[in-house]
Amino acid sequence: MWDYSDKVKDHFFNPKNAGAVVDANAIGEVGSISCGDALRLTLKVNDQTEVIEEAGFQTFGCGSAIASSSVLTELIKGMTIDEALKVTNQDIAAELDGLPPEKMHCSVMGREALQAAVANYRGEEWADDHEEGALICKCFAIDAVMIEEMVWANKLRTVEDVTNYTKAGGGCAACHEDIEAILEKVLKERGENFDPNAKPATKPEPLVAAAKGPMTNLQRIKKIEEVLTSLRPALMADGGDVELVEVIGNTAYVNMTGACNGCQMAAMTIAGIQQRLMEVLGEFIKVVPASEMSKLVNIEGAGHA
Amino acid sequence: MRDIYLDNNATTKVDGMVVDAMIPYFTEYFGNPSSIHRFADGVAKAIKKARSQVQELLGAEHDSEIIFTSCGTESDSTAILSAIKCQPNRKEIITTAVEHPAILNLVDNLEKEGYTIHRLPVDKRGRLSLEAYKAMLSDQVAIVSVMWANNETGTIFPVEQMAQMANDAGVMFHTDAVQAVGKIPMMLQDTKIDMLSLSGHKLHAPKGIGVLYLKRGTRFRPLLRGGHQERGRRAGTENTASIVGLGVACELAMQYMEFENTQVTAMRDKLEQGIVESIPHCFITGDLNNRLPNTTDIAFEYIEGEAILMLLNKAGIAASSGSACTSGSLEPSHVMRAMDIPYTAAHGTIRFSFSRYNSMDDVDEVLKVMPKIVATLRKLSPYWDSVNNEPVSNPEQAFQPTYA
Ligand SMILES: Cc1ncc(COP(=O)(O)O)c(C=O)c1O
Repeated sequence: MWDYSDKVKDHFFNPKNAGAVVDANAIGEVGSISCGDALRLTLKVNDQTEVIEEAGFQTFGCGSAIASSSVLTELIKGMTIDEALKVTNQDIAAELDGLPPEKMHCSVMGREALQAAVANYRGEEWADDHEEGALICKCFAIDAVMIEEMVWANKLRTVEDVTNYTKAGGGCAACHEDIEAILEKVLKERGENFDPNAKPATKPEPLVAAAKGPMTNLQRIKKIEEVLTSLRPALMADGGDVELVEVIGNTAYVNMTGACNGCQMAAMTIAGIQQRLMEVLGEFIKVVPASEMSKLVNIEGAGHA
Repeated sequence: MRDIYLDNNATTKVDGMVVDAMIPYFTEYFGNPSSIHRFADGVAKAIKKARSQVQELLGAEHDSEIIFTSCGTESDSTAILSAIKCQPNRKEIITTAVEHPAILNLVDNLEKEGYTIHRLPVDKRGRLSLEAYKAMLSDQVAIVSVMWANNETGTIFPVEQMAQMANDAGVMFHTDAVQAVGKIPMMLQDTKIDMLSLSGHKLHAPKGIGVLYLKRGTRFRPLLRGGHQERGRRAGTENTASIVGLGVACELAMQYMEFENTQVTAMRDKLEQGIVESIPHCFITGDLNNRLPNTTDIAFEYIEGEAILMLLNKAGIAASSGSACTSGSLEPSHVMRAMDIPYTAAHGTIRFSFSRYNSMDDVDEVLKVMPKIVATLRKLSPYWDSVNNEPVSNPEQAFQPTYA
């Protein structure tokens, strides 16, 4: 069975706030029984302060769906609805000490139910643009719909393209056959043939011009900053962020926040940043979470990837 | 807490006698069966004995019809790929919509390479239509592959009759009997079944040993070419210890065949009756009159399978589920979809599969905890009215999500 954290198990076996809040004034319903998971979130919001005083959930779904619902209600109780709206699905997952990639959609359902409930409270329509496909890349939790859209939108041709644009396939590489199948399908619809040896359609612009020659330490730090800045939008799209804390020799200490922090993806993300830094700087760079700095570990021993 | 294992269709415990028989082939007689020295002494003979033990269980005419492989999946792939290689002009394959992925993913892949795949549908009870099958048979078909018994519901298909029909039409017939071997009696020599797959770990032998039965005279192309092992039909140094273990397991299965079909069935029947009587809104899936003796698959409405399994696991009970969430996909199992199980129930199916190691005490224990587990989850479900203890009157209307 799934390798659920103790937090997930705890919230599943002893769910908090199960059941409907009787005099709720904000109700959000998402999912459906035919899809396999559904969540009704009922909130009692104080009309003066907009503070969520009570929250209850009713969930049809698997262990992590129930745990996500339970932890969500705990998180948002006592928040104002504006504060609650800032809760991301990554926050929900982080509060559970992480979810398996196949189960991240359970935390997404929680966030959506919350948005729907707030919309209901404010008398607004909440429209969902969310479509989910079969999970393709398990390392980065990327589904088929996302890959297909990117292949269409950016005229991608190769697996490498797809990895550059979506991260899918950039980890263990076991999903490359599935990515090729998607490419084959979309290219056919576009009237082209998939050629595994094709040149990447869109050599992604080097986000930062590659450095030439040996660098001073200051130049190196500036370059590292530039690269991190260029990577931040992608991280932020996932609800995360990165910040440079210190550079000692060829080791860059960074602070990871949000999505990437503490989840199993952190190691992957750090590896990705390191790869990118090495490409641009043209030298060996080790990226280490700043939390490791205090331990003053030697460079080789650093990082727990 | 005593642990209760009711997931024998997933895999079984290796019988102690099987383990004992295997050990010497790791420690003493570890020689290559082809070698001529003390360490290989009697190894070839032990393999021969195992071959005849398998032959006996299957009712095969010759022991040379038994080819040892690495698993059920390898046997399935070998059978189908051999048939299409032997008959390059035949571009169609007949199978069913409810096969194991070992067959379904293989034929999906062949479809991409240009093969036409006929997937026989099943009715709400999981049964095939022989008329529909007959209409598909033609001289374009390279092979028919139909499982002997379904792993999720235990439903048994009339493979002997279907093999005869294929034979009459001049078409090769393969059956994935991974779930059936050792649970129901067979006499392959009296059938027109050309090829059959079995897997050791479903009948108390270890994982990683399988058999392809190949009826004498059936045209064949090996999947693995190399050494002369298995008469050149499956190269690779023999997995001697596991082969010996499988032989013993087959002999034991023979001895317990009656027990399986009386005592084991009695446990299964008591469990499903008890559940259906004590829990509202649940039903048994599959063909109730034509099932493996050890399997029951029960759909619990308005709750989800993985959640049920987690609570069962906490109570020390191991079972499995056709629910999507146990596999990480969003769709319920292809078997449930093929049977058109209503959406209110398809996500909440639980399979209990017994073996000769179970007892009536196990059944009583499950009956004790199951109603509570279902009630707990229903209390959380937006489709269940906890006050009146019944489903909300119109689930899809009572619950109106912004998207579906
Ligand atoms: C019907 C069926 N076929 C094939 C297999 C695969 O067997 P193996 O695990 O030995 O490859 C299984 C086991 O899950 C099965 O139930």
